[in-house]
Amino acid sequence: MSRVTAFGRFWWDFIVGDDWVSAAGVAIGLAVTAAVGAWWVLPIAVALVLTLSLVRAVRA
Amino acid sequence: MKDVILVLSSFLASAVEMVEALTIVLAAGVARGWRSSLIGAGAAAAALAVVVAVLGPALTVIPIDALRLVVGALLLVFGLQWLRKAILRASGYKALHDEDEIYARELSEAQSAPHEERAGVDWYGFTLSFKGVFLEGLEVAFIVLTFGSTNGNIPLAALGAAVAIVLVAAVGVLVHAPLTRVPENTLKFTVGIMLTTFGIFWGAEGAGAHWPGEDAAIFGVLAFVIGWSALMVTLLKRRRLQIVTA
Repeated sequence: MSRVTAFGRFWWDFIVGDDWVSAAGVAIGLAVTAAVGAWWVLPIAVALVLTLSLVRAVRA
Repeated sequence: MKDVILVLSSFLASAVEMVEALTIVLAAGVARGWRSSLIGAGAAAAALAVVVAVLGPALTVIPIDALRLVVGALLLVFGLQWLRKAILRASGYKALHDEDEIYARELSEAQSAPHEERAGVDWYGFTLSFKGVFLEGLEVAFIVLTFGSTNGNIPLAALGAAVAIVLVAAVGVLVHAPLTRVPENTLKFTVGIMLTTFGIFWGAEGAGAHWPGEDAAIFGVLAFVIGWSALMVTLLKRRRLQIVTA
């Protein structure tokens, strides 16, 4: 594995970890919040992402 | 009030990560010799200081809205990871963190690894200790920097972390064993809730939303995150009970 790949993998593992769904959900939640400009979007998005992430973990 | 939450968040996150780092440093010290283990831990602390010294000033020049968006996203990603694991542990789907077990495993692996000396230190003991402290400390460094920079007070966040590091290190030296009595899951649950709460608050502000009640809204977000997490624990416990009794 090249050093660049190893470096990229380290940061991916450090930030995203074993749950890419949460990271993707956070990105989508923030994008929708920016588009709509409403404060209530992100709490709902986070609740949905957390629930989905837990369901995936329990099924796994 | 925000300063108290800032110091408390940094303190708790640092304390939890330090307990885990201490277990690895102890295993490396007992199995491979204290010199290599302590040099490894010291080198990792120096590397973390460099990360903080480079990133800290860089964060202060980023415009506040952009900073809040990036910090909010990072805190949410970290916070949701902490929260997910804490909820799974609290509901019985994941084993509680057992420092004794981790210590025994690390000790056994360290004792069976071949001896290789580089630059006058046992290389396995050095790298084991270095990786343990650096990887556990990196997340703390991120939390301290992001919390501190968004609140405009990195030194105060660093103070919370420093107190935790000194406290855990002092107790570790006195006890000379893994700190098994620290309620790690409760601490991780608390940190996960705090990171997620601030992540929602700053992330939404950074994305251009305005909270009703301004800063006071953070308590509403906190209550929402606690309530939703408690609901998840209750539902998962109930589901697990149904599966066990079926």
